Amino acid sequence: MKEEITITIDGVEIKTKTGEFILRAALNAGIYIPHLCFHPDLPPHGSCRVCTVKVNGRHMASCTTPAEDGMVITSDDAELLDLRKAVIEMLFVEGNHFCMFCEMSGKCELQAVAYRLGILVPRYPNLFPQREVDASHPDVMLDHNRCILCGRCVRASDEKDGKHVFELMERGAKTRLGVDAENNLGETNLSIDDKALDVCPVGALLIKDTAYRIPIGERQYDKTPVGSQHKGNK
Amino acid sequence: MTEKPKVATASLAGCFGCHMTLLDIDDRILSLIDLIDFDKSPIDDIKELGDCTVGLIEGGVSNSENLETLREFRRKCTILVSMGDCATSGGIPAMRNTVPLKECLEEAYLNGPSVVDGVIPNDPDLPSILDRVYPCHEVVKIDYHLPGCPPSADSIWAVLNFLLSGEENLELPYELIKYD
Ligand code: SF4
Ligand code: SF4
Repeated sequence: MKEEITITIDGVEIKTKTGEFILRAALNAGIYIPHLCFHPDLPPHGSCRVCTVKVNGRHMASCTTPAEDGMVITSDDAELLDLRKAVIEMLFVEGNHFCMFCEMSGKCELQAVAYRLGILVPRYPNLFPQREVDASHPDVMLDHNRCILCGRCVRASDEKDGKHVFELMERGAKTRLGVDAENNLGETNLSIDDKALDVCPVGALLIKDTAYRIPIGERQYDKTPVGSQHKGNK
Repeated sequence: MTEKPKVATASLAGCFGCHMTLLDIDDRILSLIDLIDFDKSPIDDIKELGDCTVGLIEGGVSNSENLETLREFRRKCTILVSMGDCATSGGIPAMRNTVPLKECLEEAYLNGPSVVDGVIPNDPDLPSILDRVYPCHEVVKIDYHLPGCPPSADSIWAVLNFLLSGEENLELPYELIKYD
């Protein structure tokens, strides 16, 4: 049976249940911890490390660390802010993010977290890798230039759509998003209403003919920072 | 009368959109003129760069001339600012960075659908093109970054005012940090 326990995040005591992941407990209690690969409808992945917090002084990914009674957690301090920025900046330089014409700009979670953390420019040199755009599917575009390999589409296709359209292939710097077909996305059984399309945080998976409908200034994150429904800080 | 701080601007590999937005501060430009003197800039056509308090750079570094200009600005300006996405990240011109330079030149000057009797330009008077487009801070030290394509007139105004105020830490409000 799950017991009610108390944990402390940035000096605020919150109630949760044993085994609940720290990030979920925080969000449920109205405290925002920045995150990217985590999606509330999907099992956690623990890969992007943006949600890193200090648990009793140790750095842990809050999306995959179960809460225990009495845990003392720091999320909002200068060191963690800098680490989170570093992770986000790496995601920018290792892909090709041309926000000025990206269909997702203004409602992209990568961009929104970068805005919220106050990133003006990445500290790392841009890599400008050669990546493909796969427009073979009649309804969907897959732009590998913008894929941050968060695995959300992989989990959603597996767990919610009961398909296995996507997978993360190879390892380390060579990791890329693969599709379950000989050549390209058009050969898979992906369909336009798949949850996998819904959960992509960036402009990597896009439904065709839906772009640029909302004027600049009225898009989701133009005026309102991501997570502002929650209290917490950076 | 004490001398007013000098501000110079340059457009490297950019589209002049950032400069247009600088003019878009509308009547605030009158207060700006009270605060500063413009030095070398495309908006006044002064040819020689003098010693300046602030240099605003639009555009990334795409050829040898951009490189020279940027280095000269770095030498002559106390505070150098990357203005706009091309300066901070390479921007649209940097789209060529994912294509080998040879292929880019061949497509533009030899194989493009509108090319007739093409030849790749090779005049010694032309600046030579670099292997790729570099954000300014990958070439010289940049003191402040103002992303945006273009940055809004409000954010350019905020940065200029901040720089002229001599305060220490620039914290742009949320609405003024944009990458598009
Ligand atoms: S996916 Fe997001 S960060 Fe990348 S170019 Fe598009 S808006 Fe910018
Ligand atoms: S396509 Fe989108 S959801 Fe899938 S791994 Fe890439 S960024 Fe994540």
